[in-house]
Amino acid sequence: MVDIPEHLLQRSAEARAKALGISIEQALAEMKGESDPTVVSKEPEVKIIEETPAPAAETPAPAAETPAPAPAAEVTPVKEEHAAETTEKVAEVAIEKKPAAKAPAPKADTPDEVDFAPEVKVTQRLLTVVKAKPIQKAASEPVDKVNTWPHLMLPEFVSLMAMTAFLILLSAILQAPLLEEANPNVTPNPAKAPWYFLGLQELLSYWDPQIAGVMIPLVLGIAVWMAFPYIDRNPETHPSKRKFAIMFYTFFLAGAGVLTIIGVLFRGPGWNWTYPWIDGIWFDDLLDWIHFE
Amino acid sequence: MQKLSLRDRIKEARVTAGDSFRGGKLMSSIFRPGSPFRKGYVDSPRNRSYVVMNNVLYHLHPVKVKRHGVRLSYTLCLGGLSFFLFIVLTITGIWLMFYFRPTELAYVDIQALQTDIAFGSLVRNMHRWGAHLMVLVVFLHMSRVFYHGAYKAPREFNWVIGVILLLLTLLLSFTGYLLPWDQLAIWAVTVGGNMAGYTPVIGAQAKFGLFAGLEATTATLLRFYVLHVLFLPFIIVIFMAVHFWRVRKDGGISGPL
Repeated sequence: MVDIPEHLLQRSAEARAKALGISIEQALAEMKGESDPTVVSKEPEVKIIEETPAPAAETPAPAAETPAPAPAAEVTPVKEEHAAETTEKVAEVAIEKKPAAKAPAPKADTPDEVDFAPEVKVTQRLLTVVKAKPIQKAASEPVDKVNTWPHLMLPEFVSLMAMTAFLILLSAILQAPLLEEANPNVTPNPAKAPWYFLGLQELLSYWDPQIAGVMIPLVLGIAVWMAFPYIDRNPETHPSKRKFAIMFYTFFLAGAGVLTIIGVLFRGPGWNWTYPWIDGIWFDDLLDWIHFE
Repeated sequence: MQKLSLRDRIKEARVTAGDSFRGGKLMSSIFRPGSPFRKGYVDSPRNRSYVVMNNVLYHLHPVKVKRHGVRLSYTLCLGGLSFFLFIVLTITGIWLMFYFRPTELAYVDIQALQTDIAFGSLVRNMHRWGAHLMVLVVFLHMSRVFYHGAYKAPREFNWVIGVILLLLTLLLSFTGYLLPWDQLAIWAVTVGGNMAGYTPVIGAQAKFGLFAGLEATTATLLRFYVLHVLFLPFIIVIFMAVHFWRVRKDGGISGPL
């Protein structure tokens, strides 16, 4: 027999000890052949075995092996201990069943004096030990999920309808601006970019853009902005564990917001500072809103 | 047998007719099995899956989503609304194209649109406010994603695509800004184009390419028109397709926190 590694033998012994209710040392000794095997069966089983005709008692090995514990253990994800236990049980069952099936018929003819020792030899052999591991690896943890219909699609539909209603209402109330026809020779004062560029325009009014003190950082800014996931290697998502990133973005958001609001409301002719409540608003996008009647 | 009143008989006939129509060959050919528009739809887990699986929206939505993801407070629907606003803008934009020529006549066309054409003013307003709203919503969507840390692995690349989508949204809005060909349009675009001229190294070339010349003219108008109605929508749709596909491939909605 192939030498079985000590740790596997130990585990096997543990399983056997657990199944038979004996100490581990005992089981280990039995498996190494240093001690007589424990009689497994309880009284009724022993009785049957006593009455068993010769073939059953003399060939316990095939009976134990036929359930083929080894291949079964190899392909099933059952843990090694379980495999041992199962084998044990199967062996027990085999002993139990075989005589039970055969016993009744030959019982009459079998002479009583044929005395078979009630010695139950080792009913199992350790053929192989398969390390416990599942066949399939679970790809991910199960997640708490709900059906898209209706739990997502319905709220989505409602929000789309709300947005449509809001947009139609807004368009019915607010007239989009249309000034005089384009004339390249008449420059309005101030000339303002679309509102989403007004923060940038405000920023450019602080420094001479030709010095590239603004544009280079801006271009770099867009690059950094895009590459942000590759720069921020902190895997945490909870806000309390990424305070710097949150602070960074909030600072950026507040800066952009303040600059845009200044550009929209507080800049008048010549890009001079004006107060909207004193000097009025120079922002033609909301022309109709400003002169709302 | 109780004799039915005329009103009841009409009602019964109507119900039967409706049922046989809904269960008929025509409707069955239009709506795939499991559709709630088919006859005999009952609310069951199986049918709830079928509604999505047998629907063109299956390209967009999985059958199941994480429970926290459907909470309105988690996403505020911002991504979906961005996409929806894009659709609204496409529809109103196509409608506006029927009445617009990107030439010296552009301004006259817009005037005619506002005064002569039924719903012209409303549709133009929807297109304009919708565009402003889309810039805002896309920006808010990006902020939401940032605060949830949703750009982290494995979603890094989808953030990159998202930033490109925001830049494309800005470009779409900016090119559309010129089309009314009024004083507001031409000078806003002049200011914006001049800012592009401050780009290091390629500034002058960028400005020339944008204006199709040294300043905003009708050539610029044509250029912006083509960019606005054809080129940029074409590009943005490709990026959107990849963006949505990646959302699902990267494991759906991020979180929970």
